[in-house]
Amino acid sequence: MGRKLLLEKAHVEGIRTYEVYRREGGYRSVEKALKSMSPDAIVEEVKKSGLRGRGGAGFPTGMKWSFLAKPEGVPRYLVCNADESEPGTFKDRYLMEFIPHLLIEGMIVSSFALGSNRSYIYIRGEYAWITDILEQAIEEAKANGWLGKNILGSGYDLELYVQRGAGAYICGEETALIESLEGKRGNPRIKPPFPAIKGLWDCPTVVNNVETIAAVVPIVNDGGEEYAKIGAGKSTGTKLISACGNINKPGVYEIDMTISVEEFIYSDEYCGGIANGKRLKACIPGGSSVPILPANLLLKTAKGETRYMNYESLSDGGFATGSMMGSGGFIVLDEDQCVVKNTYTLARFYRHESCGQCSPCREGTGWMEKILLNIEQGRGKMSDIDLLWDIQRKIEGNTICPLGDAAAWPVAAAIRHFRDEFEWHVNNPDECTKRNYGLAHYADPIYVPA
Amino acid sequence: MTMIRFNDKQEAEFQRLVSRYPEGKQKSALLPVLHLAQDSFGGWLSSEVMDYVADRLSIKPIEVYEVATFYTMYNLKPIGKYLFEVCQTGPCMLRGSDDIIAYIGEKLGIKPGQTTEDGMFTLKTVECLGACGYAPMMQLGKFYREHLTKEKVDQIIEECRRNAAANN
Repeated sequence: MGRKLLLEKAHVEGIRTYEVYRREGGYRSVEKALKSMSPDAIVEEVKKSGLRGRGGAGFPTGMKWSFLAKPEGVPRYLVCNADESEPGTFKDRYLMEFIPHLLIEGMIVSSFALGSNRSYIYIRGEYAWITDILEQAIEEAKANGWLGKNILGSGYDLELYVQRGAGAYICGEETALIESLEGKRGNPRIKPPFPAIKGLWDCPTVVNNVETIAAVVPIVNDGGEEYAKIGAGKSTGTKLISACGNINKPGVYEIDMTISVEEFIYSDEYCGGIANGKRLKACIPGGSSVPILPANLLLKTAKGETRYMNYESLSDGGFATGSMMGSGGFIVLDEDQCVVKNTYTLARFYRHESCGQCSPCREGTGWMEKILLNIEQGRGKMSDIDLLWDIQRKIEGNTICPLGDAAAWPVAAAIRHFRDEFEWHVNNPDECTKRNYGLAHYADPIYVPA
Repeated sequence: MTMIRFNDKQEAEFQRLVSRYPEGKQKSALLPVLHLAQDSFGGWLSSEVMDYVADRLSIKPIEVYEVATFYTMYNLKPIGKYLFEVCQTGPCMLRGSDDIIAYIGEKLGIKPGQTTEDGMFTLKTVECLGACGYAPMMQLGKFYREHLTKEKVDQIIEECRRNAAANN
């Protein structure tokens, strides 16, 4: 049984309300921070914790915080990125829906550490009912003196607001999010300048994911060193994984990053095995943009070592034979699934979500979608597979923001590991619309649960 | 034609939204105010409504148009009384969203993007809504309907018809 830091109390009856959350020890970190710690001391604790951004990039949070410019007389802002939109990812929603005060508490402590007197939670527009839950929690926190003027007599003031987006994946990119928060189209900005120097309304700004902000609460309560003791190597603390696809128990799990991928998929404590007694074919372990891995490379690395659910192990082997932890969106495909079709739906997603600023992404995502649809429906040519490879290579690294990479990687990995399935579609135009390719050598050796 | 204007309750909400930003940064309220306008004026944003929003926020109409056309949640033409937004991205596809979309279309006699002749239902396919573990799913109004089956779709359609009849 892994240790839980964020979701430990998520199922206590009534934890969504202030009274129960407080009774269960909530808001202790605010008391500790405002009464006995300096803002810099909190930043130090976050550095010591080794916490890495939980939105997908995995950048060390303490370091990001220490980059924040502090010019005299200029306001600074903390913005929480709750625009969770990476296919396969639904962990932040879970946290906000079931234990909203944890995010509010994390926002207060983090805002204090960064010197923000006005902070925002930017939430994806579709999470309309969660906006109400968060606003209710903010009202309760304010009524109990945790927000507003002179919090706990410390002289520190903070107002916290929830801003709803309106349906745009790109707004999860931090500079697009800032543009959107300013009431504009979600077009990512050219960096530098980074938000830490010039962010919201041209002021120094930190943008952090929901789970990252929530993790600051146990870090302040127990100290950064205690937090760093959990996990493995540079994967400290716990991670929320949202598991979906063809498994018995889809849902959100908090893991301590020492468990193996095999245990995560087959143990009853987590995914509970592949649904309907089927066999595992492939998995996208960190949200739709990270490379898909066939079963044989998912459970073991290319060196034949056990693969673990943490940043280092999931990326072992680079993109040739590994993948990424990403956002923790864990998508499982069983033996009946078509990799070409799955890749097509993701390509369609990225074409739909491209903001259109950079030609390689705007045009390339559309081409990839069309070519993939042709192959999937039995209208593809063998040369299309090489063309796809060529297009993705020309998108990657050639755009202002990482959406181009995010669109290119799934296509590249699908061809890299499942080329025979693409070729089968081309060679069997009639058959490929009637049945799926199924398992092949890449899914061997297949793990058979005892 | 009726004049476009927030009623007292909507006006109070508008004031609350605008008050959340520093002096002079009222344009930041544009996304939430567009949601409010869409909810207040028939579920979609006509150019008259967008012009009204521009006027209220003291920004140029083009600043509103460029935002309204960028984000998928703003409807730029009238929609049915009930909007079914069914997710079709990878994780939902793996759990059978194609069949659900086809079933709804068959049952209502419309294709994605169309509205039933009686103006009751609009079917729209959407990309990932963050409910992958509870797939297949759709958004209906403020809430998600998850773990969809054909039986559940039947129930939802019935429920909408009942609600519409009760409100007439």
